[in-house]
Amino acid sequence: MPKETLIRGPVYVLEDNIDTDLLIPACYLNLVPTIPEEYRKLGSYALAGLPETFPKFASNADGTTPYPIVIGGRNFGCGSSREHAPIALGAAGAKAVVAQSYARIFFRNSVATGEVFPLESETRLCGEFKTGDLAEVDIPKNTITRLADGKVFALKPVGAVAPVIAAGGMFAYAREIGMIKR
Amino acid sequence: MTITEKILARESGAKLVSPGDNIWAKCGMLLTHDVCGPGTIGIFHREFGKDAKVFDREKIVILPDHYIYTADEKAHRNVDTLRAFVKEQGLPYFYDPGTASYCGVCHVALPELGHVRPGETIFGTDSHTCTHGALGAFATGIGNTDAGFIMGTGKLLVKVPTTLRFVLDGELPSYLSAKDLILHIIGDIGVDGATYCAMEFTGSAIDALSIEERCTICNMAVEAGAKNGIIAPDQKTFDYVRARTAKPFEPLYSDPDAKVAAEYRYDVSKLEPVVAKPHLPDNKALARDCRGVKIDQVYIGSCTGGKLEDFVMAAKIMKGRKVAVRTLLVPATRQVEQGLADTQIGGQSLRAIFEAAGVEPIAPPSCAACLGGPVDTFGRTHGHEVVVSTTNRNFIGRMGSKDSQVYLASPYTAAASALTGHITDPRDV
Repeated sequence: MPKETLIRGPVYVLEDNIDTDLLIPACYLNLVPTIPEEYRKLGSYALAGLPETFPKFASNADGTTPYPIVIGGRNFGCGSSREHAPIALGAAGAKAVVAQSYARIFFRNSVATGEVFPLESETRLCGEFKTGDLAEVDIPKNTITRLADGKVFALKPVGAVAPVIAAGGMFAYAREIGMIKR
Repeated sequence: MTITEKILARESGAKLVSPGDNIWAKCGMLLTHDVCGPGTIGIFHREFGKDAKVFDREKIVILPDHYIYTADEKAHRNVDTLRAFVKEQGLPYFYDPGTASYCGVCHVALPELGHVRPGETIFGTDSHTCTHGALGAFATGIGNTDAGFIMGTGKLLVKVPTTLRFVLDGELPSYLSAKDLILHIIGDIGVDGATYCAMEFTGSAIDALSIEERCTICNMAVEAGAKNGIIAPDQKTFDYVRARTAKPFEPLYSDPDAKVAAEYRYDVSKLEPVVAKPHLPDNKALARDCRGVKIDQVYIGSCTGGKLEDFVMAAKIMKGRKVAVRTLLVPATRQVEQGLADTQIGGQSLRAIFEAAGVEPIAPPSCAACLGGPVDTFGRTHGHEVVVSTTNRNFIGRMGSKDSQVYLASPYTAAASALTGHITDPRDV
């Protein structure tokens, strides 16, 4: 099922080179994402690798996050191929990451799973938002808006993977184009 | 076309592919392990049905290696999940921990076992799958969903990467290793310097490297963001592969006029030993400029720095000397472990050299502390340890503790630092 394309809520602001060990530390890789209970647990550990100077990301009582939008700098998701990384964000309730650029496996895993939209900003946004600011991401319009003053920032068009994202992931896309049955 | 483009063209049935093309490539080998295998299997069954069969039993290799020597119950359950799947599907290539078939670190074991062949496509649920480009294969890391997809279809949608060529010439000095070369390159181009690209390594210095050392170079291509690292196969490659498998393969090579996005040239004879300082692999510094860094621990192991030749390098430095800090050795595989006993320097086995130097009891093969792992993992950091490590990543918390600091280095530099207790250029010991 194609996902909602208008995302509104507080943002969680990160920096450059957010690696997969920060996104989900290896001690939690004993959890298997296809087991529903462990999927939820992964969400509660999203960004648990960050230094203590960062506010807790999955800070809701039920282990989810109050931040549907994550903002990063360059090379977001570098490191491991662990699909647990985009899954942890998605399981926590994040809907989109907006970063200047991505490490390719994280981007690919985000698209393939349909867990989060990996969106690229035209400009660096780490300094334009602070954690807790309200924002609205409009995917068809390729924009993110800072709601406090209405300032609009451009996102790059999604490009070649747009059909996979629109379909909701790799399997949905493959079924749409007849690569696999059902 | 480049070697990468040629492999992808052949495996997608196209005459010609260009960087940026999205193609359906056939999978020559799918590799998974205990951390990502169970999730991959879960996706495979969810999407293709509980009675589904894998696309080709001969083309799946399962090498548990991450969380083997731990009391963690879920880790054990995950290996049990692999065992059940192997039985259900009748998979021939499963290397079960606790049996004689167990190998250890998947990226060292895969070529050892003859599962890597020039010209093939290898997909693995581990970012360091790019290691296998060292034998002239197209090899890249993927997630569970893509791996589950391959299990069912034998294919994957792949974007053809643009190629960056690295030409390494000159004679490698005795105090330098492949690890220094790749740390230099990553330091120069940055941790996202090769994002979405193929890194092709060539030149007389690459020709002169052993297969293991070539693996070290390609292994860390992902640390610059690359999709794959690749080295054209040569007689050394064919001899290595032929000694391990009788399966046929068809090597491919870059055309002399193949277009690349950029070319970087190095004279390796002029390079010096380096480290990557915390907390990124591109944070390059000369080892001799870090003499002031006191260390608590040295770690030699992993798919990057736990091969037999890595231990030979370390032993050359440690022979007849004593370590000054806690020194942890984890041979990557059973074969490497056996090599510690069978390989001698000056009439003394590597194991004997290390034991006489006062290292900690040598751990059994696995990924161990390279990526932290469960709390009882051998060598995992728990406090403010400063570590010199032959592994591949030095992110915050990578080896366990968020407060520890990891310096990536060659086996020579790691061993020299173990002797002095501070970061040490191997020329100084």
